Amino acid sequence: MSVPITLTVNGKAVTANVDPRTLLVQLIREQLQLTGTHVGCDTAQCGACTVHLNGRAVKSCSMLAVQAQGAELTTIEGLSKAGELHPMQSAFRECHGLQCGFCTPGMVMSAVNLLKDKPNASEQEIREGLEGNICRCTGYHNIVKSIQRCQGGKVGNTGVAV
Amino acid sequence: MTDMSQPPLSPIGQPQLRREDYRFLTGAGQYTDDVVLPGQTFGHFLRSPHAHARIRSIDISKAAKSPGVVQIFTGADLAEAKVGGLPCGWLIHSKDGSPMKEPPHPVLAQGKVRHVGDPIALIVAETALQAKDAAELIEVDYDVLPAVIDITSADRSASAVHDEVPNNVCYDWGHGNKDAVDAAFKLAAKVSTLEFVNNRLIPNAMEPRAANAHYTKHDDSYTLYVANQNPHVERLLMSAFVLGLPESKVRVIAPDVGGGFGSKIFLYAEETALVWASKRVNRPIKWTAERSESFLTDAHGRDHHTQVELAMDAKGNFLALRVNTIANMGAYLSTFASSVPTILYATLLAGQYKTPAIYCNVKAVFTTTAPVDAYRGAGRPEATYVVERIVEQAARDLKMDPAALRRQNFITEFPYATPVGLTYDTGNYAAHLDKAIQLADVAGFAARKAASAAKGKLRGLGYSCYIEACGLAPSNIAGALGARAGLFEAGEVRVHPTGTVTVFTGSHSHGQGHETTFAQVVAAKLGIPVGNVEIVHGDTGRVPFGMGTYGSRSLSVGGTAIVKAVDKIIAKGKKIAAHLLEAADTDIEFDNGEFKVKGTDKKVPFGSVALTAYVPHNYPLDKLEPGLNENAFYDPTNFTYPSGTYVCEVEVDPDTGKTRVERFTAVDDFGNIVNPMIVSGQVHGGLAQGLGQAMMEACVYDPESGQLLTGTYMDYTMPRADDLPNFTVDHTVTPCTHNPLGVKGCGEAGAIGSPPAFMNALTDALGVKDLAMPATAERVWRAAHQNA
Repeated sequence: MSVPITLTVNGKAVTANVDPRTLLVQLIREQLQLTGTHVGCDTAQCGACTVHLNGRAVKSCSMLAVQAQGAELTTIEGLSKAGELHPMQSAFRECHGLQCGFCTPGMVMSAVNLLKDKPNASEQEIREGLEGNICRCTGYHNIVKSIQRCQGGKVGNTGVAV
Repeated sequence: MTDMSQPPLSPIGQPQLRREDYRFLTGAGQYTDDVVLPGQTFGHFLRSPHAHARIRSIDISKAAKSPGVVQIFTGADLAEAKVGGLPCGWLIHSKDGSPMKEPPHPVLAQGKVRHVGDPIALIVAETALQAKDAAELIEVDYDVLPAVIDITSADRSASAVHDEVPNNVCYDWGHGNKDAVDAAFKLAAKVSTLEFVNNRLIPNAMEPRAANAHYTKHDDSYTLYVANQNPHVERLLMSAFVLGLPESKVRVIAPDVGGGFGSKIFLYAEETALVWASKRVNRPIKWTAERSESFLTDAHGRDHHTQVELAMDAKGNFLALRVNTIANMGAYLSTFASSVPTILYATLLAGQYKTPAIYCNVKAVFTTTAPVDAYRGAGRPEATYVVERIVEQAARDLKMDPAALRRQNFITEFPYATPVGLTYDTGNYAAHLDKAIQLADVAGFAARKAASAAKGKLRGLGYSCYIEACGLAPSNIAGALGARAGLFEAGEVRVHPTGTVTVFTGSHSHGQGHETTFAQVVAAKLGIPVGNVEIVHGDTGRVPFGMGTYGSRSLSVGGTAIVKAVDKIIAKGKKIAAHLLEAADTDIEFDNGEFKVKGTDKKVPFGSVALTAYVPHNYPLDKLEPGLNENAFYDPTNFTYPSGTYVCEVEVDPDTGKTRVERFTAVDDFGNIVNPMIVSGQVHGGLAQGLGQAMMEACVYDPESGQLLTGTYMDYTMPRADDLPNFTVDHTVTPCTHNPLGVKGCGEAGAIGSPPAFMNALTDALGVKDLAMPATAERVWRAAHQNA
């Protein structure tokens, strides 16, 4: 049995038929082939699957695809516009806020939401705000710096870019 | 991308932003699970729910009829096809001269299961969910046997993990001069002792292991996409030792890999089964571990029980070190398991000190747990923990300043041959100790401790002066010590007619940023923009050969192979330039992207030489082949020896047991540094893993049932952003003396040096001799109250 759903993904209307037990992240990765959203755990702990649903950061592994009926969904692929990196993406690059890249899409989506809620978050608030996202590579040091750089509006002013 | 007009950036030493970041930041990275092949099927593994059991029977008849099932394979199918067991890459001999016990490691269980998660059957279906549904219909009749969990009593257990190893002992190995150590202890004025556990860890790369195997009928060949750190080693082990296939028929691609930390070095059962089965179903099969499977089946790390004694004279000069360790191998010998608590552990026990006599005994045991193998640092964190905890204890016993005691015993003259078989080529241990003391403001610690005390808090400070050995080498000596593989690295530099360059490296990047760092090295050597250099890795179909990335070896070994290939390019380029400039080969020098006739203004740029090599109209064809493409293999003459001083300062709330790292200062000597931004990032990540081990991470099996109690992120505590401090990271530099870049390696240092620094600080704060890692709030609270 499959269920038809319609939603907006990265600004485009999408219709799909899904098995009712399909998770939102499975719809995103397997049917829509937006593989930037990752699965790092089975228990809604790691945050690698974080996307924006109706403007809020959610873990797409912890809801069913059918629950996204009619929603506005933004994935990491939809964050940059016309090839220009979102300031948070630029900040992560400039502060070396990523290494293996696997947690990165979820981390960036969470970070964008974090500053939307608390534009002037302190370092401690940033660290607490990242509780739902696990990174094994960076020790979070440069992720925190990336978010602070984005807060400071200094993005795009440094680095020896290639 | 070709822009020869740009001035070179002198890229070595620059914090060049990473070239790989754009794809990762925009969701364009391609990890193994992202690969979808035409006709894709999905594999799922039925796994043992028991720690130890005989399999009476397996009935797949219902499952085989389940919707979407393509085929189901069990151990019997593999046995019938004469598929071999997974090999171990390092042979250790016990003290009595006997070789280690190597019981078979079947790809799918043969008659017995030996840990929870041991694979029993591979179900191939049209979708992953259908494969999982079918797995639930397989009926396995088990005869449950007692679990073997405790390593200190495994050799006396009535239960044998392997029938052919009744006492569960893999080997009982000794290293160093036991007689000299025993004699020194008799003369000692003071002996310090400690006994502790180095806690078992689960690596937890954020990308779970994954594989996608594809058989192509038309040329009878296999392609395997796999989350792996060393695709050529994977191919060699799988084709030669397990499946009996010619390597030429197997291509292994490790695309973007989401972290490894050692756990993706090894040849695992899953990808081996997939490759074999892909021919039987004649369709590609993909398997991606769920996190719970990663917890159960990724090779775990550490897991030692150790007694250590340090003998000193009355002035605190170290006389001898005696170490007795029991190490857990788990249920089977993983690829490099046997070398980790031996060759990579006991050889490091000199640390930074001129201890004249050292002896270490290591008994390795089998248990009904997941295999244990290399995890970030692999043996060296365990050795550093032994040395730096006992040295701190010695300072307390002698009532000496721990920094002064360390300094007094530092090795100061190089090269230095340790009593445990290594020769340190260079170092300056006092330099990083001095710098760390200054950056950590040790002078201000007493005032901060008093301020903490005024708030009812306990404050402590701890040092760790670590040494590590990177770039395991040379091959012939490692071979004499039991290595069954070479330890060189390969590189190819292909200059294209337009002067752009593709570099093929046997190293593999899974977060380390090789695409940037290696390009910086090549661009600097050739005097061309970094953007003109492309780095290719992780594909046996494109890269000539490789041993991969482990042991912080990529730049010192892999980078050197590339440098040697570039040197060959330059040497050939000089001959071409000599012809173009009508000069003798020996009169040509290469500098900053230009071939010049010495002492004249005659010159030709690199790009013109490249073009001439491929359009050889004006070319010495009678004595020189066209083209500009060179290979090199580099086998180092020695390890490299990074070292450093870490200073940790903690504050404990005795009412809750909550411990905060208030300051963490890391001063490392990695030799020369190509990209300081990437190096600092490697240190940060290593520190987080080391502090994770010390503060919160623990793999726990139930001692009775053998069930993994820490099998999810809700039970196994991973460090999160608010558990960790900002780190103060700095460097001192003594260049490595035996590779052309003067580099040593930086990938593991943080994880090696930080656990003892933290535990020394915490025990200092609490005023206790020892506390078990991980120092959870409960353990800290109990220790604080025991003391009070």
